[in-house]
Amino acid sequence: MQFDSFSDFISMGGYGFYVWLSFGTCALILLGILISSLRETKRIKASVEQQILREERIKKAKQEQSL
Amino acid sequence: MWKWLHPYAKAERAYQLCNTLLPYFTVVTIVSMLVGWVWGLGFAPADYQQKDSYRIIFIHVPSAILSMGAYSSMAIAAIIALVWQIKNAELAVIAIAPVGACITAIALITGAAWGKPMWGAWWVWDARLTSELILLFLYLGVLSLYHAFEDKKSAGRAASILAIVGVINLPIIHYSVEWWNTLHQGASITKLDTKAIDPSMLWPLLINILAFAGFVGTVTLIRLKNEILQREKHRPWVRHMLNKG
Repeated sequence: MQFDSFSDFISMGGYGFYVWLSFGTCALILLGILISSLRETKRIKASVEQQILREERIKKAKQEQSL
Repeated sequence: MWKWLHPYAKAERAYQLCNTLLPYFTVVTIVSMLVGWVWGLGFAPADYQQKDSYRIIFIHVPSAILSMGAYSSMAIAAIIALVWQIKNAELAVIAIAPVGACITAIALITGAAWGKPMWGAWWVWDARLTSELILLFLYLGVLSLYHAFEDKKSAGRAASILAIVGVINLPIIHYSVEWWNTLHQGASITKLDTKAIDPSMLWPLLINILAFAGFVGTVTLIRLKNEILQREKHRPWVRHMLNKG
């Protein structure tokens, strides 16, 4: 470990603001695109599943009508 | 062979390939990013000139390299899409572009946060910075061009052409520090023989490059799966897969 204490680590020899600004925004952007991509997966799958259910309902209704 | 080339089988096959690759990419990314960040922030020695501010290098250089790497992969996918008319390659172009844009934004932001304490300015209009900014606009241009067309066939073609034309920017970024007088420092890792960077800093840097490459791969795979599902949502294989579980 290059730093003697935790506060030393945070201050980064006086450059803490710039170092943590970089790493912070980097983490935010990476997490942002990851989470939005995973949400998109969920959304698409849900919409397809809903469509399947809807078609099944329509099919059923038609069958009942023809009886 | 023809059966393998069958377009229906193909999307499904590409989707399954993404599914197979995804866990490996995820594990490599998580492990190397943890190791890389902890090593870079806490254990790598401080620079004799820039002290601890140089630690930004551990995300700045990987994101800058990958911003160009992602663009090259996107352009290769675009060439495949245009020459062989392969739909999945078109989807790959659109899957990579947002990831590349994010990585480029990271390279620019971390560069600004490094430039302020070292050069005294967040931004200067020099060749390296400006050409990297143009790279960001190219990514955004590819994306908005794709979404500007109602017909996805012409959208994919237009976006692919722009992606290929934009490749001209890559050598400009790379050689900008040699062709023009610039504040930005020259290459350090590609000149391995000159020992411009000490192994105690080079190793965590290489691990971080691996981490960013892994991240770009992981998110691209997730997004490519999304694009395939979105375009194939009426096909039986998608319905069969989602109906099961």
